[in-house]
Amino acid sequence: MSLKREIGFLLNGVETHATVPVDLSALSMLRDLLGLTGTKYACGEGECGACTIVVDGVSTCSCLQFAVDCDGRTLTTIEGVAGDPLGAKIEQAFVDCGAVQCGFCTPGMVVQAKHFLETHPQPTRDEIKRGIEGNLCRCTGYVKIIDAIEAASRADR
Amino acid sequence: MAVEHYWAPTSLSDALEHLRGGDVTVLAGGTDLMPQTQAGRVSLERGLLNVRRVAELHRIERVDGAVRIGALCTITEIMRDPLVGEHFAMLADACDHFASDQLRNAATIGGNVCNASPAGDTLVPLLVLDAEAELASKPGARVERRRVPLADFFVGPGRTRRAPDELLCAIRLPLPPPGFVGRFFKFGTRPALDIAAISIGIGGVRDGRTLVQARVAYGAVAAVPLRARRTEAALEGAALDAATADGVAATARDEVRPIDDLRASAWYRKELVFNMTRRILHDVAEA
Repeated sequence: MSLKREIGFLLNGVETHATVPVDLSALSMLRDLLGLTGTKYACGEGECGACTIVVDGVSTCSCLQFAVDCDGRTLTTIEGVAGDPLGAKIEQAFVDCGAVQCGFCTPGMVVQAKHFLETHPQPTRDEIKRGIEGNLCRCTGYVKIIDAIEAASRADR
Repeated sequence: MAVEHYWAPTSLSDALEHLRGGDVTVLAGGTDLMPQTQAGRVSLERGLLNVRRVAELHRIERVDGAVRIGALCTITEIMRDPLVGEHFAMLADACDHFASDQLRNAATIGGNVCNASPAGDTLVPLLVLDAEAELASKPGARVERRRVPLADFFVGPGRTRRAPDELLCAIRLPLPPPGFVGRFFKFGTRPALDIAAISIGIGGVRDGRTLVQARVAYGAVAAVPLRARRTEAALEGAALDAATADGVAATARDEVRPIDDLRASAWYRKELVFNMTRRILHDVAEA
């Protein structure tokens, strides 16, 4: 039985409390304790980006983040992206460009794209490729994902 | 062993007091600790000490003749820092080759140094830049500090000279002399999220057609990130021509002690060391 701690944080704009084992990942907390299953578990070791969330303004792999270290911080998951104007634009661009096939990488890809476009509002295609280098997709071959992120950046201008 | 205590102190003094009790795992970015514990390769000690809220370990500052990078600075923060960019471009370059955006945003330089992987991306440029590890402990009433040259800090894969009651506070980099040229090269199978098959750092001061104060380091070719003293001696003061590049590269190939593993064979690593050292020296000659 692991030691547990009570923590509080802002999750998609909502004050949230949880009691977490100190060795639990933020990904397990989101999916198993809080029921937010949009964030995906895939590799579990930071190689694939399917679990990408934003913590205090920067994207990170929630599978590598200790849940207990979320205490007092601000988290955004895919569930919080649609309510944001840029997030909504990216989601629509993914649909319009056919950037979603099986869809498993999509939540992580969209969250990373949002974080990337916030810091690179007018990216080149090469910059987009660098921006999503931590996110694996096994279906699309990436071209349509890059198209979508480019389209979302144009829609923003 | 089950974790019995969790602490997230905000002051260095408090953190060091928890560390003094022994049997403590230090947590910072967590990008290495989490997968290691999940895979069962590392088990957490009785105490889990989260140092990430100790603000004084999270600064990059100019101190007399040096720049002090706090152990909690993330790879992204170092990559974008103007002081680092101005004086230590090869370190910023290595940070740019580190994993992916998501990992760079969480991983700390202190973690990269304390994990002491022979392939740790920042370690090769830090060796070339004559970095020192600044360690703190609190054996009594006062915080005590000591500095260890990074070239002496690593003793084996995952093992360093940090004592169990010590915390790595900062990496201290002396400002390079005028005319300093530094190059970093990492070889992997893809640009992102790859562990280096080998990495190379070469630095020195251009003096006419020669390089003086030459410093050479290699990653993933020995049990520790390697400062290559024999290769440095071969390079020191020699004219930067094709014959020198060949000779220095051959010395490097003899000096490194790689192993066969899933990323490359020892033979291939030695050939990479030879070819890439030669290529970098040609590049430095034209700089």
